[in-house]
Amino acid sequence: MERDGSMTDSVVMRASDLENWSTGAPDGARVRNAPAGDIEVVDLNAWFGNHRALRDVNLSINGRAVTAIIGPSGCGKSTLVRCLNRMHEEVRGARVEGKVLFDGRDIYAPDVDPVEIRRRIGMVFQRPNPFPTMSVLDNAVAGLKLVGGLSRSELRERGEWALRAAGLWEEVKDRLHEPGARLSGGQQQRLCIARALAVEPEVLLMDEPASALDPASTLRIEELVQELKERYTVVIVTHNMQQAARVSDWTLFMLYGEVVEFGPTSKLFTRPDDQRTEDYVTGRFG
Amino acid sequence: MIPAAGVVRSPGVSRARRIRDRAFTAGVWACGAIALLPLMLIFAFVIGKGAAALNLDFFTKEPNPPGVPGGGIVQAFIGTGMIMGLAIAFSVPLGLLTGIYLAEYGRGRTAGFVRFIAEILLSTPSIVAGAFVWAVVVVAMGTFSAIAASIALTVLMWPILTRATEEILRLVPDDLREAGLALGLARWRVILRVVVPTAGSGIFTAIMLAVARGMGETAPILLTALGNDFVNTNPGAPTDAVPLRIYFYAGSPVVQFHALAWGGAITLLAAVLVLSITARVLSHRQLKRVH
Amino acid sequence: MGASDAPIVEKAGAPARRRGRTRVGDAVFKGMTRIVAFGLVMLLVLMIGVLAADGVRPFREFGWRFLIGRNWNPVAGRQSFGALPFIYGTVVTSTIAIVLAVPVAVGLALLLNEVARGWLANIVAVLVDLLAAIPSVVFGLWGVFVLQPAMDRTIEPFLANTVGKVPLVGPLFRANVSGGFQGGDVFTAGVILAVMIVPIVTAVGREVVSTVPRDLREAALALGSTRFEMVRMAVLPYSRSGIVGASMLGLGRALGETIAVAMVVGNSLGIHVSLFNGGYTIPAVIANEFREASSEGLHKASLLALALILIAIALMFAALSRLLVRRSAALVSGGPAPPATELARLEGAA
Repeated sequence: MERDGSMTDSVVMRASDLENWSTGAPDGARVRNAPAGDIEVVDLNAWFGNHRALRDVNLSINGRAVTAIIGPSGCGKSTLVRCLNRMHEEVRGARVEGKVLFDGRDIYAPDVDPVEIRRRIGMVFQRPNPFPTMSVLDNAVAGLKLVGGLSRSELRERGEWALRAAGLWEEVKDRLHEPGARLSGGQQQRLCIARALAVEPEVLLMDEPASALDPASTLRIEELVQELKERYTVVIVTHNMQQAARVSDWTLFMLYGEVVEFGPTSKLFTRPDDQRTEDYVTGRFG
Repeated sequence: MIPAAGVVRSPGVSRARRIRDRAFTAGVWACGAIALLPLMLIFAFVIGKGAAALNLDFFTKEPNPPGVPGGGIVQAFIGTGMIMGLAIAFSVPLGLLTGIYLAEYGRGRTAGFVRFIAEILLSTPSIVAGAFVWAVVVVAMGTFSAIAASIALTVLMWPILTRATEEILRLVPDDLREAGLALGLARWRVILRVVVPTAGSGIFTAIMLAVARGMGETAPILLTALGNDFVNTNPGAPTDAVPLRIYFYAGSPVVQFHALAWGGAITLLAAVLVLSITARVLSHRQLKRVH
Repeated sequence: MGASDAPIVEKAGAPARRRGRTRVGDAVFKGMTRIVAFGLVMLLVLMIGVLAADGVRPFREFGWRFLIGRNWNPVAGRQSFGALPFIYGTVVTSTIAIVLAVPVAVGLALLLNEVARGWLANIVAVLVDLLAAIPSVVFGLWGVFVLQPAMDRTIEPFLANTVGKVPLVGPLFRANVSGGFQGGDVFTAGVILAVMIVPIVTAVGREVVSTVPRDLREAALALGSTRFEMVRMAVLPYSRSGIVGASMLGLGRALGETIAVAMVVGNSLGIHVSLFNGGYTIPAVIANEFREASSEGLHKASLLALALILIAIALMFAALSRLLVRRSAALVSGGPAPPATELARLEGAA
């Protein structure tokens, strides 16, 4: 993939900037040799019609780690995560400018097919959204069927793998042919995670995945996120600061469409650099 | 712990998938072209042939006998005006009141039933409305008439106005109703003084659309107004109408009448389109104001 | 007038009286709207009652032969009324209309809701709406002077030379009984009807498609589906019954359409296999014969009976359509899920 020279420089600059303060990063997050699902966001701006939802966002997300995005409602955290797999542009009147480099390649380059990007960067939404007319198993392999080329037994195998990966297999192995909509809310959300994992993405974006769930299901999802980071880059949007503190290695705090602070979770929650971050994480506003 | 995946990562979007997607996109655009081709052809012919037929006589004279060139269809314009005026006078109050009932008082099963009836009445075949009104009004009056025709059109326009009024009134925010009630206004006053005026232009739009629909109807008028070669201003007597005239002349063996038919078509089409387009523009603006 | 205009002194003692007046005003107004609303229901009852009052006479006279008889002769002395040619013509023209219009309308609905964006989509939507606004008689006029000659000279001979040679469907596309393609025919009428019902089927189709929640579309897209795959995976499964409903509404409209059909269908009584023959429909025969029919004999009663059949069928389709469209909306908004066995079957097929 050809890249603009000056662009590369600026990316390198940022990456090295990051190096300076990332020493406190948890282990496992720093394997930087192979393409590991790193994402660089460069001068990203996003609009809904005339409303500018993101302002000059620059950011470097590490592969095989969990990055949480926090901030008050309307701060652009969902928009940012939806820009990472080109879902933002699916909203009528929505527009994006800037670059998102995924393993060094700009996903907004004209020759890039958003369909391929979305397969490599999976997404789990706020509300569980299994396909209501499909069975549990069919939901799990819905994405794989698109790619095609797999026999029924292979599909079943991969479905089982995805359901195990989402920690749902034991609960549904006897009801694989029931409609997915018949599962409980928490199970439905894990089914959606299984569906996203089945196509083997490199990154998993989660847009407030537990906000519609009860505490027990939320805990189950959080445990799952911890397991997933061994294989995947996970970006999780949450309005729940405790959740961000519990599950993430890195945390990004946003306000009014801008990045206020980005750093290791432990640092951001204990010794933030910015006064606004401190106010927010200590609950003084938002 | 997450077990390892069994299969290697799948490649990008395959060629076959891309082709299917492109074929789909091309297919739906082709559907658009197929649907709009007749529209373009109809416009082209109606404008091309109709414009040639228009002149002052067309709007001011009665038709000439076969063999005598020229003439117009003034009796049809007057008839259509009379029939539509009466139809509006009958159908607008009925449609508005029914729409108000459904939007403001309509709760529960009874209202649901009325709504359902209004919906399916939208599909009343227009010729049946004509036959029905013939059996009731023409037989009772002993003659075909503009009144009978306007009642036949009312049968068709009432459900249209009902559904449109209900939908528009539902767009009026409840705060306004509550504000009115909180002022101590009676509910019916709130409806007539606050809700209906707020929805005003929307209701006007609905009336325009219903008129556009009624004005182009031929079949029900055929069975109730009969048609007339001469100007008639008595609503209780057989009356002509523009669509009726087009129908008669299109089937006429006399070639000079074909031009009059096309002339009728271009005037009718222009009137209907002006009403529809204005209604669209207005309702667009209304929507913008509500949101 | 309003309470707010009343002088303050009066206000103290007034509430009870005013409340009473308010209650009366409310009751009167509400009662009025309710009476008018029930009037709409009564209109339907009255319509069916009036048509049935005379419309049952041919059934009494001929029994079921009224529906299956092929002879329709209003001449006094030799009177005979069999409605089969009209029923046949109506069914055939409407079927042609549905077969041609539904795929186009579904494509249009998908184009406008799922594919096209921006000003071009708006223009197409406006133009489709305008198509719906064209009066039936203008379609008919255009049909008589433009479409029918084109059909006779070019399109029908072409179809006869191509599709007409295909086994099974071939006999539908052969030269008419007089050996040529001249004159009005059921195929031309079907094509006009198709054009006329495309807007309504598209409108209901769009309504149906738009009830599919954004959640599901996004779920499909986020899995890496193309737009086509998204439509197939997230839109069509939940729209199927609604699209059937939309088609039924179109069918109901096609059955009742009168003037445009009467102008191009040929108005002849025969029943033929080839669609290039003239035919007759129920609305067309009512339009053509009603005014001349004598109220004394069975002629007018027979026409009223046809009107009764027509409205019964049209309203039945309209009702069925409404129910199907509602069911389609209920399905996606978390209504009762279809039984698992059926799903397993669908999966097997997929």
